[in-house]
Amino acid sequence: MGLEIAFWIMAIVMVAAALAVIFLRNVFRAALALVLCFIAVAGIYVTLSADFLAAVQILVYVGAISVLIILGVMMTREVQNGNPVNKMELPAAIVATLLLGILVYVVTSTPWSISALDPLTPTTMPLATKLFSENGFILPVEIGAVLLLAAILGAIVITREDKK
Amino acid sequence: MATTELLNITPLPMQVTPADWPGGYWWHWVFFTIVIIAFVLIMVMGAIYIERRGMARMQSRLGPNRTGPFGLLQPVADAVKVLLKENIVPATADKIVHWLAPIVAFAPVLMIFTVIPFQNGALLADLNIGILYIVAISSVATVGTFMAGWGSGNKYSLLGAMRNIAAVVSYEIPMVLAIVGVVMVSGSLSMNQIVAGQDIPYILMQPLGFLIFFIAACAEINRSPFDLMEADSELTAGFHTEYSGMKFAMFYLVEYAEAIAMSAIITTLFLSGWRGPLLPPWLWFIIKTFIVFFVMVWTRTTLPRVRIDQLMGLAWKFLFPLALINLFVTAIQVVVWPDISQWIFVIVNIAIAGALILLWSKFFKLGQGRIEV
Repeated sequence: MGLEIAFWIMAIVMVAAALAVIFLRNVFRAALALVLCFIAVAGIYVTLSADFLAAVQILVYVGAISVLIILGVMMTREVQNGNPVNKMELPAAIVATLLLGILVYVVTSTPWSISALDPLTPTTMPLATKLFSENGFILPVEIGAVLLLAAILGAIVITREDKK
Repeated sequence: MATTELLNITPLPMQVTPADWPGGYWWHWVFFTIVIIAFVLIMVMGAIYIERRGMARMQSRLGPNRTGPFGLLQPVADAVKVLLKENIVPATADKIVHWLAPIVAFAPVLMIFTVIPFQNGALLADLNIGILYIVAISSVATVGTFMAGWGSGNKYSLLGAMRNIAAVVSYEIPMVLAIVGVVMVSGSLSMNQIVAGQDIPYILMQPLGFLIFFIAACAEINRSPFDLMEADSELTAGFHTEYSGMKFAMFYLVEYAEAIAMSAIITTLFLSGWRGPLLPPWLWFIIKTFIVFFVMVWTRTTLPRVRIDQLMGLAWKFLFPLALINLFVTAIQVVVWPDISQWIFVIVNIAIAGALILLWSKFFKLGQGRIEV
């Protein structure tokens, strides 16, 4: 009962915050709404007994990514003008609708299997075993880190001003 | 595995408080919430008194000594004065953000105390992920600082907030690496278990980790010599320039509550928390917290403020490599020699810490003209 109430509060806050991110004209307030959305996601993880994941969610998304987004907003020129409309409105709408359609189709058509076991407590030990034991997931995790590094380098190359 | 053996913590002679003391889930919650709020407020008053009087003593002046015996009531008088001030909001401010900022900054600091044990088992929630929770929650406080800096619509506030991000993002890394060293030795993330496993205080086992954590903690909470974001001579008062009255009081409270929180975390991680002979455990905890806070005041009065390039250089060129080496050395010790006496590691680690600091101070020069960043 308590868990269900918590879930619904989190879910409503999350959806409202996500809508606010899209519709607010003030970029800084939109970034703050994004922070609220991330915190609500962490709350949902807590209700699902994934405490480690919730803490990492706050640490990475609120503590690092949101802070960098806000820094980006502060560095933006003429940010007072808000979020100006450009010519890419129609293509963006088409891509977004397609993506939404695909996501809804995948979520509704996947047969989700729900485990009948009780959630593991404490969660840290099984996570460590999954990660570091033989046949663990350490190699995929490392590959993911290398991929992110490559993405950062790509972003730097794209945004770098040409030295003429 | 080596780490599982370390998890078998030897039983302590002290009485363990039952998990839901003082009985029932909601009673426990109400009791400890009140305890935490009272603890933070009273400790902040004590901290302000220690800082003002201690700093005055170190600077050969008297400090506030008129209100009450020995000036003990000065923090109360200050609080009453600041609460009666007019609340001024600048015309160009983003009103909602300006209003929310002190709350967003204050809530995480209180939440840190959720997992700090005042006595064996006497804490609001003995989270299994304790120290990770603290690292995560304390990173939220930065958002409050940003909201203050941006919402004020003042360039000095914004500059203060920008400097804050630079400091927090850089110093988070050596700080977390220092924590990982402690976690590897203790084999647990739970704050209560970390204290219970500390037969030798980890300040001896992890001297380098302690120094790195202390420096990084001072930089995270913007205490001198790292108080660039509110450097009075450059930025008037940094991110809270445009705040007055109750909202300024909140930021003032956050500043000292963060200092107390960091002192409490250092006490728990490195100074064996509530453990100690003769005196009751909670008293030991408070004494140790105040000692750590006193050292913070001491460094504040001793060292001049660093420049922004020195701040970045110290984090990335000095603390970060040392934290990595410390982590590596600790990992080898925990994995290869899990069974030999920990006193050997105490001697070895102190020697390693001394050698590394000497070596790096040769590489790394500050205060002799410009350094390349």
